[in-house]
Amino acid sequence: MQAKRSAIRREWWAGGTMVSLGIGAIVESTTYSIGSLARMGPGMFPAILGTVLVLLGVLIARLATSPLNIDTDRDADAVSAPEWRGWACIIGGLLAFMLVGRFGGLVAATFVLVFVAALGDRQHTLRSAALLAVAVTVIGVVVFSWGLQLQFPLFRWG
Amino acid sequence: MGITAAISPVPLGLNGMEILNNLMHGFSIAFAFENLMWAAFGVFMGNLIGVLPGMGVLAAISILLPLTYTMTPTAALVMLSGIYYGSQYGGGITSIMLNLPGTASHAVACLDGNPLAKSGRAGSALFMLMFSSFCGASVGILAMILFSPVLVDLAFKFGPAEYTAMMLLGLLAGATLAKGSAVKGVAMVVVGLLLGVVGTDVNSGIMRFNFGILELSDGFQIVALAMGLFGVADFLKNINRLGNETTVSTSKIGMKSMRPEAGDIKQSRGALMRGTAIGAAFGVLPGTGPTIASFISYAVEKKVAREPQRFGRGAIEGIAGPEAANSASTQTSFIPTMSLGIPGDPVMALMLGALIIHGIQPGPQMMIEHADMFWGLIASFWVGNVLLLLLNLPLIGMWVRLLTVPFRYPFPGCTVFRLRRRL
Repeated sequence: MQAKRSAIRREWWAGGTMVSLGIGAIVESTTYSIGSLARMGPGMFPAILGTVLVLLGVLIARLATSPLNIDTDRDADAVSAPEWRGWACIIGGLLAFMLVGRFGGLVAATFVLVFVAALGDRQHTLRSAALLAVAVTVIGVVVFSWGLQLQFPLFRWG
Repeated sequence: MGITAAISPVPLGLNGMEILNNLMHGFSIAFAFENLMWAAFGVFMGNLIGVLPGMGVLAAISILLPLTYTMTPTAALVMLSGIYYGSQYGGGITSIMLNLPGTASHAVACLDGNPLAKSGRAGSALFMLMFSSFCGASVGILAMILFSPVLVDLAFKFGPAEYTAMMLLGLLAGATLAKGSAVKGVAMVVVGLLLGVVGTDVNSGIMRFNFGILELSDGFQIVALAMGLFGVADFLKNINRLGNETTVSTSKIGMKSMRPEAGDIKQSRGALMRGTAIGAAFGVLPGTGPTIASFISYAVEKKVAREPQRFGRGAIEGIAGPEAANSASTQTSFIPTMSLGIPGDPVMALMLGALIIHGIQPGPQMMIEHADMFWGLIASFWVGNVLLLLLNLPLIGMWVRLLTVPFRYPFPGCTVFRLRRRL
């Protein structure tokens, strides 16, 4: 029963996300002129899409409790527990790349990205993550800076 | 003469001679040094990615998509499609050796491939994998050569109404025929259309949904979108979940062991042909990719077999049929994509994305306006498949050893490659 209830809740979240995206689209589209069906303004198409999306979101939420849905969602129960550490490290690594790349250049940014992302894997130690980061940084510099002549300074201060 | 032309199924102006001429021209393009090199690179990468568990084709293509900015459109397509069908060869290796499908379409190969490997017949299983993949692909390519011109003939008669209908079909077919909830599929189509709204409105020139961010006035970058959706998402899904159970005896798999056992080929000839037919037919339909084709082929083999109980315990037909289906549908799925501009699955959508990056509008006109590219691509399929066969026979030992590399090494490095277009 627990699994079924969580499956229903997930469907509600899915439907709710669609509804809020749709409402957002409608709200934003009202800032542009709607026009008429014969001469559509820039706001017309997004408004239509937003409306359709809201309807679909409601439909998804409604279907969550219908008996039709139970069979199709069987494999969804196999989803394992969220992997917060891995997710945080990968996304954090990407954000760090943008930040460090802006102020520190390619070498530092690559190192930080790989180091942080690698730590997301439980089997990496600080040492192996650092070694991997150094290796990838070397490859990255060779490929992107020398090979492809990418316009991205290797080092940058502040 | 006149009578044969009238009753021939091949439409006017596209008789056998002309197809042959086009094909010869295609081969001359495929053998141009640049294209040949990229084809080799593509199939090698595809094979590698297929072998590595947890690295999907979609992720691979989205990683390498930025590389194509500097290439000619033909070379770009040749490389990207090489990755796609190359991964079909590699994925089966992982299934057989590790009982772990490298790609969804190879899940079936686990069922009989792994028992075969465990009973010491990995070599003949791998040989059958390569052989049936190659046969399936060859037939798929032939189908593409024969059918695409027919579709183009039809496309000449297309007006705006037909284009709109086809676009709707393309958007909805992929979303609703594939596995999972149809309602959610349609919802994601609408979300995709909304993402497409971002940027400058073509009719009025007004900036829509850019929220004051200048970079968004051109709309979303397809490469950035693909990387986020297929690349990073793949890593998030697989981290800490893969590569922990990679223990298998990988010793002594070399070229010499890749020898079919007596009777293997004879036994699986029927399966091979049925699988190829199923794959070729399913590949053409949008939304039904190699995965469905291989599962159906397996079910069919089990139905027609005299001793169905052998399946699941190491029946060689259980590899031959699905793998042929797999490869055939991989090739024929290019038919709707290249001739009508309807992507059957996300991989094909990325191919069309690559075309758009190069300023080529996908659709029925493409085969006429860019005939060079089209025929060059078809010819490169054959070149690529031969390369794959040559690559896999001597290198099989290397691929198998590669299976012991845990996921924790490749993935952080790949995050770098996907980022370099930013900043």
